[in-house]
Amino acid sequence: MARIVVNQKNIQDIDKAIKICPFGAIEWNEKKLEVEITDACKMCMICVNKGPEDAFVLEEDEVFIDKSLWKGVSVYVDHDNGVIHPVTYELIGKAKELASKINHPVYAVFIGSDIEKQAEEILHYGVDEVFVYDDEAFKDFKIEPYTAAFSDFIDKVSPSTVLVGATPLGRSLAPRVAARFKTGLTADCTILDMKENTDLVQIRPAFGGNIMAQISTPKSRPQFATVRYKIMNAPDRTDEPAGKITVCESPKNLFSAITVLSSKEKEVEEDIADAEVIVVAGRAIKKEEDLEMIELLAKELGGKVAVTRPLIEAGWGDPKTQIGLSGRTVRPKLIITCGVSGSVQFKAGMTNSDYIFAINKDPKAAIFQVAHYAIVGDVYDVIPELLAKIKQSEEVKA
Amino acid sequence: MKTLVCIKQVPGTSEVKLDENGNLIRSGIDSKMNPYDLYAIESALKIKEQMGGEISVMTMGPPQAKEVIREAYMMGLDKGFLLTDRRFAGADVLATSYTLSQGAYQAGDFDLILCGKQTTDGDTAQVGPEMAEYLGIPHVANVKAIVEVKEKSIVLEVEMPTTIQTVEVTFPCLITVEKGIYQPRLPSYRLKKKTKYQEIIELTLDNFKDKNEKRYGLSGSPTQVEEIFPPDQNTTSERWEGEHLGTRLYDQLIDLKFIYKNK
Repeated sequence: MARIVVNQKNIQDIDKAIKICPFGAIEWNEKKLEVEITDACKMCMICVNKGPEDAFVLEEDEVFIDKSLWKGVSVYVDHDNGVIHPVTYELIGKAKELASKINHPVYAVFIGSDIEKQAEEILHYGVDEVFVYDDEAFKDFKIEPYTAAFSDFIDKVSPSTVLVGATPLGRSLAPRVAARFKTGLTADCTILDMKENTDLVQIRPAFGGNIMAQISTPKSRPQFATVRYKIMNAPDRTDEPAGKITVCESPKNLFSAITVLSSKEKEVEEDIADAEVIVVAGRAIKKEEDLEMIELLAKELGGKVAVTRPLIEAGWGDPKTQIGLSGRTVRPKLIITCGVSGSVQFKAGMTNSDYIFAINKDPKAAIFQVAHYAIVGDVYDVIPELLAKIKQSEEVKA
Repeated sequence: MKTLVCIKQVPGTSEVKLDENGNLIRSGIDSKMNPYDLYAIESALKIKEQMGGEISVMTMGPPQAKEVIREAYMMGLDKGFLLTDRRFAGADVLATSYTLSQGAYQAGDFDLILCGKQTTDGDTAQVGPEMAEYLGIPHVANVKAIVEVKEKSIVLEVEMPTTIQTVEVTFPCLITVEKGIYQPRLPSYRLKKKTKYQEIIELTLDNFKDKNEKRYGLSGSPTQVEEIFPPDQNTTSERWEGEHLGTRLYDQLIDLKFIYKNK
């Protein structure tokens, strides 16, 4: 569909042209005496965009696809034995926003066994139609039958865009289906937008994560994207259901080479280095019993408890949970430090966290230098108040 | 038992940055074996210790990607294939998977294909499943443990969103293994000397069954990078003082979705 063509006459400074490529994919061919692009090319387009004028040109074959034949923004309903993963609602929220820009409907595709009731739940989040494949063969996740049903849905409905949660299941299923339709799939998108011509704008971290790339799938449909949990916003649940459920006939061949022997709940792992949320107890914690509120908060946030060195020395924590140069380096999405002063050693172990909330009653505490939210207050006031609010909201829900 | 391990050479560092003009700054051109692939290699070696047979290893890339095949030889793999051709350049996930599947057809009939969970440069975790689709064999992703290897099947522990499944899958199949499934062995000096001149088989597009250039490299890639730019930094720096700090913290955590309303 596309290649980068080198116009030799437009390259004045050969060494400079070669250096443009961060991947070393532009080389001087001694035999042909010309600049060429090697197979190290990562398609980053830097040479096209930043190189000498008209030296590196993206040449595309004209491939015509009638985009008007592909309509709808679809969401795959991610679930584990019928329990819907909340990433599904977040994707529905995004799908509604994308679809409204091009006046397309929002679809959900739900593959499982005995899922009639759960399918109705989807109607409380604002989709136009839920396509349900309900069959004994879909009881456990097995790649071949799920791919068959998903493909059947695409054949039947011809959606323009398909969004899948980047859960372990989604990351296995989405590429399989995308390959079946020989179409593009962009993993772990953090931003999605829609162009007027129904091309999905997909933005994700690239080349190791310090750089973002905007990616499109201009010449094939459907365009697949996966998105991680907690990236998009879920819409509020409406009291009244809306939209309709269409029960689809299962594809005929649902054979699988895979037999599911057993299934068990995941155990909670103890390593703080992998934790997405960490609550840290520091020197301001006066008694070992007071760690209880820190543990409770970590539990409510689905995170782990970590400690600073003074607490390890007091024998109040597992050395494996110590953050800092003499302990672990962590990079969670959220870290709340509770009464941590913020030594250089400690800060070095956590300064790359996405959101740093620091609670300390000393307005001059060093930890505030790296905090995004510096909360000048006593942990013995702030944490109990926060826990009370969480408890209150849970009671309302119940 | 015939096993194939797919590996990739990746940049030595993930610290790639953009300067103020939007150019990528290349911090050295060091490269190394994708660390996740070491687990796939170790898994293949463990299976061979039990079942015997031969382990092939395959990578796609420019000629210097041979280095990772040499490293695989030093760990004990038997036969190496390099898929190299300028026409493979600029491949996205789909074109890469297709190229690897064509390479696998040429390299032999395999009972089991092993891939690492993902690479450290692309980070997509998609190539394994797409390759399995092109080969028409089942795949199991996110394998945490190999429970048992039988004559015609393999029993695996698999990571699912909220559970751990134990599954049995018959050969031929493709699996992608998680980091930490086994502790990868170090390359051996003895094997380094022994395999120094061992052949690496090079395959180009001309060796493949499907010679249609349009299915490879940039031409065969449905996704296109439109532009690249630096990520937003979290430059928030707020200072909260006074009353009701716990409530304020609660509201902020809801806003940032750390407290989840649909829990």
